[in-house]
Amino acid sequence: MANFDVIFLGGGPAGYVGAIRASQLGLTVGVIEREGLGGTCVLWGCIPAKALLESSHIANRLKHAAEFGVKVGDITLDFGVAMKRSRDVSTKNSKGVEFLFKKNKVTWIRGTGVLGAGKTVKVTTADGKSETHTASKAVVIGTGSRVRGLPQAGLELNKTTVISSDEALVLEKAPKSLAIVGAGAVGCEFADVFSAFGTKVTLIEVLPRILPLEDEDASAEVARAFKKRGLDVLTAARLSGTKVAKDSVTMTVEVGGQKQELVVDKVLVATGRAANVENIGLKEAGVQLTDRGFIKVSDTLETTAKGIYAIGDVAGPPMLAHKGEREGIVVAEVIAGAHYHPINYGNIPNCTYCYPEVASIGLTEAQCKEKKLDYKLGKFPFSANGRARTSGETEGFVKIIRDAKYGEILGAHIVGPHATELIHELLVARENEFTVEEIDMAIHAHPTLSETIAEAVLDSMGKMIHA
Amino acid sequence: MPTKIFMEALSPTMEEGRLVTWNKSEGDAVKSGDVLAEVETDKAVMELVARGDGVLLKRLVAEGTTAPVGSLVGVIGAAGEDISALLGGVQPAVAVNSPGATPQPAPTAPLAPAPATPIAAPVAAPAAAPQSAGSAKSSPLARRLAKDSGLDLGAVAGSGPGGRIIKRDIEAAVASVGATAVSTVNRLPSTVSDYTDQALTQIRKTIAKRLAESIGPIPTFYLTAEFDLTRVAELRAAAAGEGEEYRVSFNDIILKATATALARHPEVNAHWLGDKIRFFNRVHLGMAVATDDGLIVPVIFDADQKGIGEIARESRELAKRARDRKLKPEEYTGSTFSVSNLGMMQIEQFTAIINPPECGILAIGALEDKAVVVDGELAVRKRLRVTMSCDHRVVDGAIGARFLQDLRRLIENPLMLVF
Repeated sequence: MANFDVIFLGGGPAGYVGAIRASQLGLTVGVIEREGLGGTCVLWGCIPAKALLESSHIANRLKHAAEFGVKVGDITLDFGVAMKRSRDVSTKNSKGVEFLFKKNKVTWIRGTGVLGAGKTVKVTTADGKSETHTASKAVVIGTGSRVRGLPQAGLELNKTTVISSDEALVLEKAPKSLAIVGAGAVGCEFADVFSAFGTKVTLIEVLPRILPLEDEDASAEVARAFKKRGLDVLTAARLSGTKVAKDSVTMTVEVGGQKQELVVDKVLVATGRAANVENIGLKEAGVQLTDRGFIKVSDTLETTAKGIYAIGDVAGPPMLAHKGEREGIVVAEVIAGAHYHPINYGNIPNCTYCYPEVASIGLTEAQCKEKKLDYKLGKFPFSANGRARTSGETEGFVKIIRDAKYGEILGAHIVGPHATELIHELLVARENEFTVEEIDMAIHAHPTLSETIAEAVLDSMGKMIHA
Repeated sequence: MPTKIFMEALSPTMEEGRLVTWNKSEGDAVKSGDVLAEVETDKAVMELVARGDGVLLKRLVAEGTTAPVGSLVGVIGAAGEDISALLGGVQPAVAVNSPGATPQPAPTAPLAPAPATPIAAPVAAPAAAPQSAGSAKSSPLARRLAKDSGLDLGAVAGSGPGGRIIKRDIEAAVASVGATAVSTVNRLPSTVSDYTDQALTQIRKTIAKRLAESIGPIPTFYLTAEFDLTRVAELRAAAAGEGEEYRVSFNDIILKATATALARHPEVNAHWLGDKIRFFNRVHLGMAVATDDGLIVPVIFDADQKGIGEIARESRELAKRARDRKLKPEEYTGSTFSVSNLGMMQIEQFTAIINPPECGILAIGALEDKAVVVDGELAVRKRLRVTMSCDHRVVDGAIGARFLQDLRRLIENPLMLVF
């Protein structure tokens, strides 16, 4: 039994960042977490997946090493080694959060928490003991989300032949063949990883294109790159007749009226995640949910129960670590009565780390059309960029959509090398209401990939130099 | 070690406070517990006390300025102590200005009658803030939008980080100006400004928030009164006896009386603009006219300045043009208060719906001969029922009632209209 000013239920990116900020603001903070610190991001998402993607990137680069005058012998791929390195990176990051907790005097309560009466949380610790902790100011729910299967298509997760990203991250070896159902960011990233490790990958999407939330040009560019590397990409696809056997899965995929039978070693379901709202005492505490199963929150992230807040995946989409982190910071400032800036949900970047990488902010071109906005396009290919040619990474483009009259950046879409880093120049510009003219005024270094942004901006003004 | 003075939460529900007066000047010695300033919360005026000993080195918030709870409003330290690092080079008054807050008293922005004049900005610059014209922090996009709308950036309150003017501030400024479109229609020249903007007091903000939650979005209540129009009838008959050009309707006289009463009660001749209330110094009276297409509300501009005869001619003309669908937009925008009359359809009494951002509308019922007690005797008098719909965010019950009291005096003694 301990008293804190604030208790965070869940130590993922939303909760741990919020806890550190709350402590910086002079509050006493406890974080209840049953697994390791860092949540899905550090343990089962962002970090280990990106570590694997680095392995696949090296594998893909080595195939072209000879063109650079670097001869390597036969390349041997070992997914098990890549997986162990990925786990090491994950563990180091989690230990890093533990260090940050110590440095900031945040108490980690190891166990499973359930909301109790008032602002209390009942915790069952790893050794089965039960204890109750009290928060004098607020309880913040950041229980995150979890993988889920696709039972309506006969794909209930069994962790052997029908798996989720959780299992994919700890496979000892790459399967011979793999069907990935759902071609969002997670599906595309694992398609990239396993195809690089020699798996025959079939990427299946029910919507008409892969990365359906991205701009259509971005979807087309990645699909083209995937097909070039030998991946089967099936869009507008319907699944039926799924048969799950002990060491294989059989299913019928229908695309454009054509049916084909697919037999694979494993199926990876990547069609979305479910918010963790069960078994934490929400109903008893008077915390209401939205129609879509997330916790309902106000502008200040407070739930329908006074003094109880919710942040991160459990508080609604987009389910992104950086969205949760910002909510953690803001909720800490709200609770401490400090000055805070309201979250601008309209300018959160989306990043997919497959090769070529995809990053975007704001509106897609289709959304601009739908809103009947008067816009102008600027687009510049990496194939015309000097730096991209030197490294031989010339796939992709920068596409900027700007308001026709005032030059406001309505949306920006990058496919190509380091897209997920490059997007931040445009992100900062858009957040501060810089128009395309201010981006043009800033002298971009040569030779850099960032010049592609400057050229796309010029193109939107009809003044492109290098293409 | 300097001691920071923060805007403290002086009531449980306080989110921001308006610094009413500083009791200490920069350089004054202060002891822990001394009253540094008076702060208006959402409930009352409270005292902000010192939490340390020393000298008041810096006042970071000008009197009359609103600051959010937890923001830095001043610094106490040793005489001559260097506190520049603590202030971090932040422009003080801008940093603590809460979004949209306008210090009081706000200078007025004159609205010139000439149609070619660029739109005047609705929010006047705080006198003490360093963001006067020319030096206002603003985003490039905001500057372009402002230039295009003819807005003076120095007169727009910024809601971005550190008081920076961003796109939504320009959009809000343009939208609120649009509500009072400049018109050339029969407006009289004037040397005084058209309206006075008043920043919302904390109690006004609380009233607005609570009531809108209860009955939203316009928390309306209704006041009904019955007036004696016997003398209006006499006046009207006497005037008509002087010739056809002096023939006016009962409604014309009611319009004139309403306009005169409004001129005396700017507190109901007002617009609710979300973050402030605009009290008009001129009376532009909207009159609801039923047409085959539906309801339209043409405007008699400066109705309080016009004679009954002029109002009669103008209302006839406007009503005819409304029914012929020949009204120009500037003839049906810009009203400050409205009147609706269903008396000709034998409706004894009704409630009219407020035409936002106006804060009141008067519903006029049918004129009836009624038996009433006058001086202890039963008498037949001409009686009229009027109901005023009031936006409670601006007009409290007593304020609306006082306006109706004055209107009654004018209507029951119509000779007063001459004065």
